[in-house]
Amino acid sequence: MSDVILRMRGISKTFPGVRALDDVNLEVLRGEIHAICGENGAGKSTLMKVLSGVYPHGDYQGEITYDGQECRFGGIRDSEHRGIVIIHQELALASNLSIAENIFLGNEQSRRGLIDWNRTNAAAAELMRRVGLDENPVTQVLDLGVGKQQLVEIAKALSKQVRLLILDEPTAALNDDDSAHLLDLLRGLRDEGITCVIISHKLNEVLAIADRVTILRDGRTITTLDADGLTEDRIISGMVGRDLDHRFPPREPVIGDEVFRVENWTVHSPTQHGRLLVADASFNLRRGEIVGLAGLMGAGRTELAMSIFGRAYGTGISGRIYKDGREIRLRSVGEAIKHGIAYATEDRKRYGLNLIEDIKRNVSAAGLRKLARRGWVDDNEEYQVADSYRKSLNIKAPSVSSITGKLSGGNQQKVVLSKWIFTDPDVLILDEPTRGIDVGAKYEIYTIINKLAEDGKAILLISSELPELLGLCDRIYTLSAGRITGEVPRAEATQEGLMTLMTLGQGAPR
Amino acid sequence: MSLDLNVAKTSIPDAPTGGGRRFSINLRQSGIYIAFVAIVLLFTILTGGDMLAPQNISNIIVQNSYILILAIGMILVIIAGHIDLSVGSIVAATGAVAAVLMVNHDVPWPLALLITLVVGGLIGAWQGYWVAYFGIPAFIVTLAGMLLFRAVTYNILGNRGIGPFPEAVRTLSNGFTNGYLGNIGLGALGGADLFSLLIGVVAVAGIVVTQWRSRAGRVRYGQVVEPFPLFVAKIVVAAVAVMFVIVQLARFRNLPWVLVLLAALVLGYSLLTNRAVFGRQIYAVGGNLQAATLSGVKTKAVVFWIFVNMGVLAALAGIIFAGRLNQANPTGGDQFELDAIAAAFIGGAAVQGGVGKVVGAITGGLIMGVINNGMSLIGAPSEQVMLVKGAVLLAAVAFDVWTKRRAGASR
Repeated sequence: MSDVILRMRGISKTFPGVRALDDVNLEVLRGEIHAICGENGAGKSTLMKVLSGVYPHGDYQGEITYDGQECRFGGIRDSEHRGIVIIHQELALASNLSIAENIFLGNEQSRRGLIDWNRTNAAAAELMRRVGLDENPVTQVLDLGVGKQQLVEIAKALSKQVRLLILDEPTAALNDDDSAHLLDLLRGLRDEGITCVIISHKLNEVLAIADRVTILRDGRTITTLDADGLTEDRIISGMVGRDLDHRFPPREPVIGDEVFRVENWTVHSPTQHGRLLVADASFNLRRGEIVGLAGLMGAGRTELAMSIFGRAYGTGISGRIYKDGREIRLRSVGEAIKHGIAYATEDRKRYGLNLIEDIKRNVSAAGLRKLARRGWVDDNEEYQVADSYRKSLNIKAPSVSSITGKLSGGNQQKVVLSKWIFTDPDVLILDEPTRGIDVGAKYEIYTIINKLAEDGKAILLISSELPELLGLCDRIYTLSAGRITGEVPRAEATQEGLMTLMTLGQGAPR
Repeated sequence: MSLDLNVAKTSIPDAPTGGGRRFSINLRQSGIYIAFVAIVLLFTILTGGDMLAPQNISNIIVQNSYILILAIGMILVIIAGHIDLSVGSIVAATGAVAAVLMVNHDVPWPLALLITLVVGGLIGAWQGYWVAYFGIPAFIVTLAGMLLFRAVTYNILGNRGIGPFPEAVRTLSNGFTNGYLGNIGLGALGGADLFSLLIGVVAVAGIVVTQWRSRAGRVRYGQVVEPFPLFVAKIVVAAVAVMFVIVQLARFRNLPWVLVLLAALVLGYSLLTNRAVFGRQIYAVGGNLQAATLSGVKTKAVVFWIFVNMGVLAALAGIIFAGRLNQANPTGGDQFELDAIAAAFIGGAAVQGGVGKVVGAITGGLIMGVINNGMSLIGAPSEQVMLVKGAVLLAAVAFDVWTKRRAGASR
């Protein structure tokens, strides 16, 4: 049992401005199921990408010993050659190809350069039997549900003679039956001698399946625990424990009347028919108040925010929205902006900025009509507005004619905030405003958020970082599996308490 | 609002402000104009000065007018991140509509022109609907349109040409302004049309005044402006170029009407793209569709109207092309789309969208026009012209990609 198959020692990995992994150690025993737990951004996925060669040797510090040999993977093919296969959270299947074609993608069963379809399909059928996938090998993957697609991924891994299987949030998108089947399958694979590393937010599943658990926090290894006798509370306290001193600017909240209320908000998935993303959510915001929305990845935070923001996401949306006590309808983003709602996206590069344009044109993008008379924009006014934000928000760029794509993450975020402040909103929804931003710039963003609240705006702050919510918010809602599971005033909020609410009902049927 | 943010400066270095970076950006933006001047000079030398002769300048403008009009519409389509392969067929179809109305049904020419432009707009609306609201890639929709509207043309014309067009339409396509004020002598250059020269002076004065006011406005708002000598030099170069072309035209047969039309279109569309809310939204849509949507831009409407606009401009080009030949032909306008697209890309548009200028597209169109004209003056066979045009297109885009990559690498 004490046979170590994998030892990662002193792993460090930096991205521009962010230290994602800091001297991480991990030991995995042969034939065990090893779970890795941690908050979003704790470094779990990065660690697994280092292990599987997505980040090649030289891109990180530290050493990896696998099966007694030091490994220097130059890419994912090298690690697969050694029997290490990673299945990402976002499944990497070609949906227009058949199950068999997907299983042998990049590893085609060919003879003299031509694919031997009989051998391909027969071998695929054998692998599918092993993972309990009862389908025809020539069925297109897009005709399968997510649960079965997950099984195709595992069959694909088996086809590569996998000996160490890494699964990143394998059950995040699965219903209970599919999850249970998957966990059974993993136990079966363990009995066949395949070692598993599983990343999961669902602590009940972790306890049900894992032999040992390693907890990461802020890019560091906290501890590795035996699963025997382990409790969810023990894992949670390991995931969240850290000090909050001096990381947040001081603020004296002055909270006014209710300005925004959402009742019975329900949203369905636009891609998966019938799947609920947000279920019956109700919350309110008051003037000058910073309200947090806590939830793990996949809890439906962004979906909730974007569906409110002029139905920018989701289908089958129902529920009511009240602004200053009157019901309003927000059928488009334009209407939401007109009603004084702003939404700063979690993915500023993809959804927030026009990266090929300069700062001033990004700042004016949502409030262009305020700069225009009869449809004509006043360039000079635009420059002046953008320049005033550059100064007041301390955007570090030579001028507002600098291209936003060349700014650092923190400065890009300030441009996004400028854009929305310029629309003069009453309600600002900030989705992960400090994601991928270094510590100094975070402090500046916090200061801006505090100032906005001081100016009487209501702020809904979505964040994966519990300390951030505890450091800034007056009230915190928790969201789990699309449902609001709690509303906690700042005075009563603790990381452990929030984490418990955030994982509440994770296993319950949707 | 005023934020008083007293925060510690972090150690993120300011972006470099050195002269080198500024110069490379200028090179990328002005490379096309430098190339244009170089190509004109090259052919002037190769043709022993015939390139810049009065009649030849007039020919270049008149022969390329419809491509330039198409290029204006095409650059907007490309900025928005789309493409239109159907404009050649729309030119033919709308030319046919105009011919049938004016020749077969004796519809008065102003009304016929109006109807033709509306037909062009409807064709654009048809394609805009499929692209913007139905979500089919523009490449497919307009490839279908290319076949569809060619078929419509054959249907309307019944496989033969229809003409001749009324005098007014021929004048718009081929004609020149009258010598309202008579001629004056320009010494060694001989006689020239006074009215044309006055228009030239007004144009130059207009350039000086608007540039001066724009600069003064920027200074008033505390913006950085280019050094004064450079500013003056630019204006002088522009003024000399405009006056040179005008003087040559005045010595030949006065101003071509299509030049007047083109000048108005270039002015109007430059203003639209630079200053109008709608114009800004085109860049926003092409630069990042999702970000534009989440900023409240009605992205589908923007794309729809861009195709409507393209249809109207294609109809205008169709009228001028048919008027110039004095006949609407079933095969007319063939491959015009390729010239218009090439003009836009030579003129600095980006394949991914979000980048491009009306003046750039016009310059790109003129570059190809000058190559066509110059090579035919020196008697080069047509396959050589194609070869050179293809090489220029590839080189222009390669230069753009190269400068972009260099700018990216210097981060």
